[in-house]
Amino acid sequence: MSIFRYLKSYRKEAVLAPFFKLLEASFELIVPLVVAQIVDVGIADGNMPYVMKMFLVLVLFGIVGLAFSVTAQYFSAKAAVGFAVKLRHELFQKIQSFSYRELDEIGTGTLITRMTADVNQVQTGVNLFLRLLLRSPFIVFGAMIMAFTVDVQAALVFVVAIPLLFVIVFAVMLVSIPLFKKVQGKLDTVLNRTKDNLTGVRVIRAFRKEQREIEEFDESNESLKKSQLFVGRISAILNPLTYVIVNVAIVLLIHVGAIRVEIGLLTQGGVMALYNYMTQILVELVKFANMIITVNKALASKKRIESVLTTENTLQQIEGEQKEEDFIVFDHVSLTYHGAGAPALSDICFTVKRGETVGVIGGTGSGKTSLVNLIPHFYDCTEGSVRIDGSDVKAYDPKALRERIGIVPQKAVLFRGTIRENLLWGNENATEEELALAVHRAQADDVIKSKEKGLDDEVAQGGKNLSGGQRQRLTIARALVKNPDILILDDSASALDYATEAQLRKELKQLPCTKFIVSQRTGSIAHADKIIVLSDGKQVGFGTHEQLLSSCEVYREIYESQFKKEDSDET
Amino acid sequence: MKHKLTVKKILRLVSKYRFYILLSLLFAIGTVALTLYIPILIGHAIDAIVEPGQVDFEKLSPLLIEIAVMAICVGVFQWIMNLANNRIAYLVVRDMRKQAIRKIQALPLSYIDSHAYGDVVSRVIADVDQFADGLLMGFTQFFTGILTILGTVVMMIKLNWEIAIAVILLTPLSMFVAKFISGKTYSLFKKQTQVRGKQTAFIDEMISSQKVVQAFTHEDETLKAFDECNEELGKWALKATFFSSLTNPSTRFINNLIYAAVALLGAVFILFTPWGGALTVGGLNSLLSYANQYTKPFNEITGVITELQGAIACADRIFEFLEEKELSEEAKEELGTVEGNVSLENVAFSYVPERPLIQNFNLTVKKGERIAIVGPTGCGKTTLINLLMRFYDVDEGSISLEGEDIRTVTRWSLRKNYGMVLQETWLKRGTVRDNIVMGKEDATDEEVIAAAKSAHAHSFIMRLPKGYDTVLTEDSLSAGQRQLLCIARIMLVLPPMVILDEATSSIDTRTELKIQEAFNKMMKGRTSFIVAHRLSTIREADVILVMHDGNIVEQGKHDELLARNGFYAKLYHAQFEA
Repeated sequence: MSIFRYLKSYRKEAVLAPFFKLLEASFELIVPLVVAQIVDVGIADGNMPYVMKMFLVLVLFGIVGLAFSVTAQYFSAKAAVGFAVKLRHELFQKIQSFSYRELDEIGTGTLITRMTADVNQVQTGVNLFLRLLLRSPFIVFGAMIMAFTVDVQAALVFVVAIPLLFVIVFAVMLVSIPLFKKVQGKLDTVLNRTKDNLTGVRVIRAFRKEQREIEEFDESNESLKKSQLFVGRISAILNPLTYVIVNVAIVLLIHVGAIRVEIGLLTQGGVMALYNYMTQILVELVKFANMIITVNKALASKKRIESVLTTENTLQQIEGEQKEEDFIVFDHVSLTYHGAGAPALSDICFTVKRGETVGVIGGTGSGKTSLVNLIPHFYDCTEGSVRIDGSDVKAYDPKALRERIGIVPQKAVLFRGTIRENLLWGNENATEEELALAVHRAQADDVIKSKEKGLDDEVAQGGKNLSGGQRQRLTIARALVKNPDILILDDSASALDYATEAQLRKELKQLPCTKFIVSQRTGSIAHADKIIVLSDGKQVGFGTHEQLLSSCEVYREIYESQFKKEDSDET
Repeated sequence: MKHKLTVKKILRLVSKYRFYILLSLLFAIGTVALTLYIPILIGHAIDAIVEPGQVDFEKLSPLLIEIAVMAICVGVFQWIMNLANNRIAYLVVRDMRKQAIRKIQALPLSYIDSHAYGDVVSRVIADVDQFADGLLMGFTQFFTGILTILGTVVMMIKLNWEIAIAVILLTPLSMFVAKFISGKTYSLFKKQTQVRGKQTAFIDEMISSQKVVQAFTHEDETLKAFDECNEELGKWALKATFFSSLTNPSTRFINNLIYAAVALLGAVFILFTPWGGALTVGGLNSLLSYANQYTKPFNEITGVITELQGAIACADRIFEFLEEKELSEEAKEELGTVEGNVSLENVAFSYVPERPLIQNFNLTVKKGERIAIVGPTGCGKTTLINLLMRFYDVDEGSISLEGEDIRTVTRWSLRKNYGMVLQETWLKRGTVRDNIVMGKEDATDEEVIAAAKSAHAHSFIMRLPKGYDTVLTEDSLSAGQRQLLCIARIMLVLPPMVILDEATSSIDTRTELKIQEAFNKMMKGRTSFIVAHRLSTIREADVILVMHDGNIVEQGKHDELLARNGFYAKLYHAQFEA
């Protein structure tokens, strides 16, 4: 499906813009004939009133041409801008509908570029396309047809020159466009090297690699220059060559014209008109070449945008029957990320009762986050099933399911706006008391107090004006405002000091909801009702702290790496 | 005059290519002169074709040959001019970037730390490009534009001075219209940029946190907010696009008026020939084609002037960067053999003079000792490392190595003796091997693998598609894996002194414990500085420096500090309270 279907609501504008351009162009095509009349009738016969009349006709043509052209510009701007607005809306909506899998695969950086730079490029392309697509060929071929009306034999020069000119323009384009892409790639390399030298400055200096970095940069820089010169050499030929061809054609035209005038089949004014048509072609060709470059870039952007729009949410929806069982059940669950070689989770099996606290622990990359991401159905598990309240998560409406779950993500993300607005993400209708309570429970009282305007203090983009610990506590409060059935804390106390974390733990304990606490620290989860121990995606232990200490070697190792034996009685 | 100074610097920069500049200018003059001459020839040719039976073929043929030859000359001249311009532009771009990378290596870290990377990168990439495009291309357009206008005026005067004057009087009209429109669109474009910036920020924020948006089922609200902003952008974009696209039709209109006026006046002169009747039909044809191309350079020049101003602004930003103060001059002397005896005497340092950080700090470290630096996040632990490696120089006092003030020896010979692993893992674009051998490029495969093994990186490296030859991209490794690679990097070199700045912060505690053994082996006999917030990893240090708000508040061994029951004891106990 082409994105141009979004132009449909601007069908009228998209048709009228080129149409008015055509009207404007046709007046331009008549001008040489009027001048020829001035010469052949006005000057030859000394008919001054006729000259005056023709002058007024020229002025009138100018005014009418201006009116048509302004109308065309308006319609094309309206169509192009409206199209871009619609396109951005569709893209944004599409991205909102993606599941985590699509977001992972495409990457947010790419999505942002599609929504900004690529849409702008398409807008410029559509605008220029509507204005020039018909106009340029119309002037070129119109000039040829007009030439036929002036003199058939002389017009044959046009028949030879025009295809030749088109072949040259397209040949240069075909050769240089891929080369320009290559240049862009090389520029990106130079850009990345510059960035690397800044971000890695300490390592480069510590390993005394300044000189080698300079050499590598110079190499990329020279290679860029070489490509630029090469493609420059090719595109530099376009204008001179077309100029030469048009002028040689003019010479032929005058020569043929002279013979025709000699035998009385053509007038002097007619020769002038033919000459004028040829020069009009030259001007239009330059515009046409520029349009092709712009449209080509726009088409590349269009392709990229379409690949986003045709990506479909892969999250499964099934009909499921209700079973009588524990609140949350992981039934032989495995998860392999799309395109990954090894499973991130394999054969996870456990049950949780309502109100229980579950600790999830394991090393870097052991699958802790993957496990909790299955509860709100962010990903589809590849085998087995995850059931909540007796129904498969795939049977729930994802939105309804997520309404019941409060999540504190690993990365403490806040949005631009006030602290209050951020907290209200959890529940738009939360009262002042509910907000205050959530803040208090999340140990964020002092964060609010330290702000001049309290809850109404502004949060900068990404929460840059808050420290990591402050952000983390506010994201906890945001999840608590939701008053969820299930609360998931994904390693979200890592930036808190030990005393604050302990206090937070105490508060959470009093909440009636079912809690999942992901951590690398045994201290954070030792009190949980059940602990799941993960290692390389496998469930290597499930039980209470005491049970695991005696039965699970991995758990014991983690524990001992954090608490030397002598301190173990302190838990 | 800042502008004048910048122009002077630009001239100095391009003077290297004066041959090409001269070439470009000469061929520009040639191109313009011949382009203007051709309509005259065509006019003569048309004059030779009057009526049936009266065509002067003897006069016509050489004229036509001349036109063809001239046209070919224009083509060649223009091509040579284009090539010369390309050469100047791309070579100057290359030169500027070459200077820039050398500048980056010579800048003190204080500059790099205090400036956004994006800003420097945009100067080196975008500004340099815009400068080259704007200045060099703009300059030739400006030059040929002026030449064309002057040439056209001269030619028209020669053909018929009365009509020429009429055309010259009418031209300001075109410029006035163009200026009016561009003035109007400027404010619209500014508004559009503003709204677009707002929208981009919104997109950036929401799309990068899309997962959170979904977790809070906030899709509908977000889309609504986006649409509001989107509609507003559409409104301004329409205005800006429409008004800016008026320039061409309007100036074309003025152009058409001038064209009509020339046709009328020309006919009048030919018919009534009041002053001797010098104008012919061919002459009128030439006048008409001049009138047609006369206003074009005017439009171009108005565009070029803004482009030139933009280019000079870019040049300013580039020169500003290239003229930044560089590192203090390098000492001549090389540091001798290092055993690892470090001493800091009365050291004072601050990043900004108004906020004193380290003051009157003394520390003596003997060969093989282990120094741990602890404290809450953001307390300035990294500062000490900046000073030891001479990324920054002390304000007062001195740091010496083997009794030699480190400012009296070359930075290279100093840094050679340190192995460093930082919290922020930086990997080079390149293969895994490239990254491990940074400190020792002639290392054998066995050495590389041994280093990777002791950093516990070997097994995950082998699981990568091409093992040690896998090319790393920005996010092909997890934070923990990146850190393991950085550790392998120094395991290969084993310099006499080691700095570990939160070297294991992204690695899980079990793996950390295993690496710790390797670290312990490595640190044996080596002076080491360890920054950590996990207290368990530093218990065995010979000296623990406890930092708080940039100051060293306590100093001593673990047991001493615990016994003192101060800040360290507080930190320590907080960790083990369950």
